[in-house]
Amino acid sequence: MTPATAASRPRQSLPASFGDDAFEAFLRRRDEPEWLIERRRAAFASFQALPWPSARDEEWRRTDIRGFKAADFAPPEAVAVSERDHAAIAPLVAALAGSYATGTATINASTTQRADARTLGGAILVDLPTAVREYPEIVRRYLLTDCVNPAADALSALHAAFWTNGTLLYVPKGVKLAAPLYSLVALAGAGRVDFDHTLIVLEDGAEAALVRETASRRTEARSALHVGAVEVFVGAGSNLRFVNIQNWDDDVWHFSRERALVDAGGSIQWTVGGLGARLAKVNQEVMLRGERSDAQVNGVMFTTGRQHLAYFTRQDHAAPHTHSDLLYKGGLLDGSRIVWKGMIRVEKDAQRTDAYQKNDSLLLSEESRADSIPGLEIEANDVRCTHGATAGRVDEDMIFYAQARGVPRETAIRLIVEGFFANVYDRITLEPVRETLRQAVAAKLGHGK
Amino acid sequence: MSAELRIENLHVAIDGKEILKGVDLTIRKGEVHALMGPNGSGKSTLSYALMGHPNYEVTAGVATINGTDLLSMEADERAKAGLFLAFQYPTSIPGVTVANFLRHAVTNVRRPDRKEGEDLMPMRDFRKELREQMEALGVDGEFARRYLNEGFSGGEKKRAEVLQMAMLRPSFAILDETDSGLDIDAVRIVSEGVNRVAESQGTGVLVITHYKRILDYIKPSFVHILFGGRIVESGGPELVDRLEREGYDWIREKYPEAARDEDELEAKEAASLAV
Repeated sequence: MTPATAASRPRQSLPASFGDDAFEAFLRRRDEPEWLIERRRAAFASFQALPWPSARDEEWRRTDIRGFKAADFAPPEAVAVSERDHAAIAPLVAALAGSYATGTATINASTTQRADARTLGGAILVDLPTAVREYPEIVRRYLLTDCVNPAADALSALHAAFWTNGTLLYVPKGVKLAAPLYSLVALAGAGRVDFDHTLIVLEDGAEAALVRETASRRTEARSALHVGAVEVFVGAGSNLRFVNIQNWDDDVWHFSRERALVDAGGSIQWTVGGLGARLAKVNQEVMLRGERSDAQVNGVMFTTGRQHLAYFTRQDHAAPHTHSDLLYKGGLLDGSRIVWKGMIRVEKDAQRTDAYQKNDSLLLSEESRADSIPGLEIEANDVRCTHGATAGRVDEDMIFYAQARGVPRETAIRLIVEGFFANVYDRITLEPVRETLRQAVAAKLGHGK
Repeated sequence: MSAELRIENLHVAIDGKEILKGVDLTIRKGEVHALMGPNGSGKSTLSYALMGHPNYEVTAGVATINGTDLLSMEADERAKAGLFLAFQYPTSIPGVTVANFLRHAVTNVRRPDRKEGEDLMPMRDFRKELREQMEALGVDGEFARRYLNEGFSGGEKKRAEVLQMAMLRPSFAILDETDSGLDIDAVRIVSEGVNRVAESQGTGVLVITHYKRILDYIKPSFVHILFGGRIVESGGPELVDRLEREGYDWIREKYPEAARDEDELEAKEAASLAV
């Protein structure tokens, strides 16, 4: 994309509600340190300079956001959360609290729950505004520096300028947290804009597991917006299990940039659940920058109605003897659509890379559509890289076989769909996550038209 | 209520082409029948049509189980009514364990009025019963946790079929070429399993086979020859020996019209296999 082309783009999509005055007012409300204000200003300048996504961009060719009017939204403001909003989100908090050691929650960008520090063994799990005040050196070093690029596109710049709340998980050197933690990002009632930023830092030789869920209940507006980012640093020899479940109601526009950097001998197991949202566009990337680092990426997607989910994944191998393994599985009902475009990139020095990517889609209706576009870019000469994609319908022979054993057709289909996801569930080492995804898929299967 | 599986004048077509041209067969509770015939004679068509495969169109005739009309039922209702088919080629269902599948099957068959979403058979009771049946069949305990028929050897698939029969306790069971692809030891083990279930439940059994050897273990009192889409001969075990000695030439000579139909069916089958 040359600057000339970008400049010739129509600019009418840039919304006044995210204009100069709105930005200055936003900064005034926040009382933040100078270094952070400077970063926000740089991001805001990028936002104004960068073209709005257009169908001419490869990443937006299959994902039509003409129905999304940014001008309908305004920068998120942390507002008082009503009793009713609390009540709407309470079951979600209770489910997470019942399964995991401790965690945080935000509702409508306000922090509603803080983690119990006593169970954290020296690690830090706090909301991001608190982190900016209490651990500025950590946030300054890691926030939108080496990991997610705040100028990747207009939406990432918008996020970097206006992020409001978020979570920092910081695990010091050598600290191993056995029990998994959670963070919930929720919208309810009058809430309709969320710009959450999740920052996870594991120093060398650390270990942790975090389950993050984004979800909305009973929002009053016709549509809601999430523009988020997730940044993950896995130190040398560290081990992170990270689960990110997107479970918004189907009136939410979801845009998210997510990236993990993994140092030598470190490993990440990163599980993504894509269940909600009206339209989701997610960039999920792992960068294996240290020798013998390892990434396992798991995806469970299930769409109904008119939902559209688009995932752009990257497995970047920048060091020798690195290993990555991505398995994304999607089930589609009604007129929904899932787009997956994957890229394995192996740099010249990353000899002995072993990389794999696979995407399977199960089409449960005539009208649903799945696009699978795997890709390889390999500059090293001693590597093993493979990819695969399948798309198919529920096999009538399987249904007949199950029926012949007394299982009604609807139950047979449910079992077959569960079975379709089993090989990705089998990889997920957190039992409550498997159960959460299983139940969510079963519920969505029952709610198809 | 008459405890029998009754088939009268059954005509079945696939893709508009008639395969069965009027089959009559009655099996009473506890009886063992064998159905023999060359490739393409319609043996598998009979089993699929009775079980209710949607691609098999019944164009005429009647089939009842214990006095109830089979043909108006979906396949799962037929299973609940007491019919069981051991498939020649059991379908694998990736990601669904033998135990999970069977728990759904057993619950539905034993409680035919159960609504979707109601509780399954209690896990404790189910596990105990499954373990007993697996032990009786000489099946390793790990079998229950494997995905159904996924990567099973030929022998394992057939044993899984008999295990399901044992758990579902049907009143009538059709064994479609259950001996095919098995070595003689496997044929013996699978047959003993069938006999044990049939004796304890009083199951009526229809053994569909090309070969005599399974009938050395599951001994039929009644033997039928399906040829050209109809049963042309019925008799006792002596028929098996005659087929073993003489093949089907005498049938061909005795029933020239059925022979013409049989040739046509065999040609069709050969053509479809060649595709």
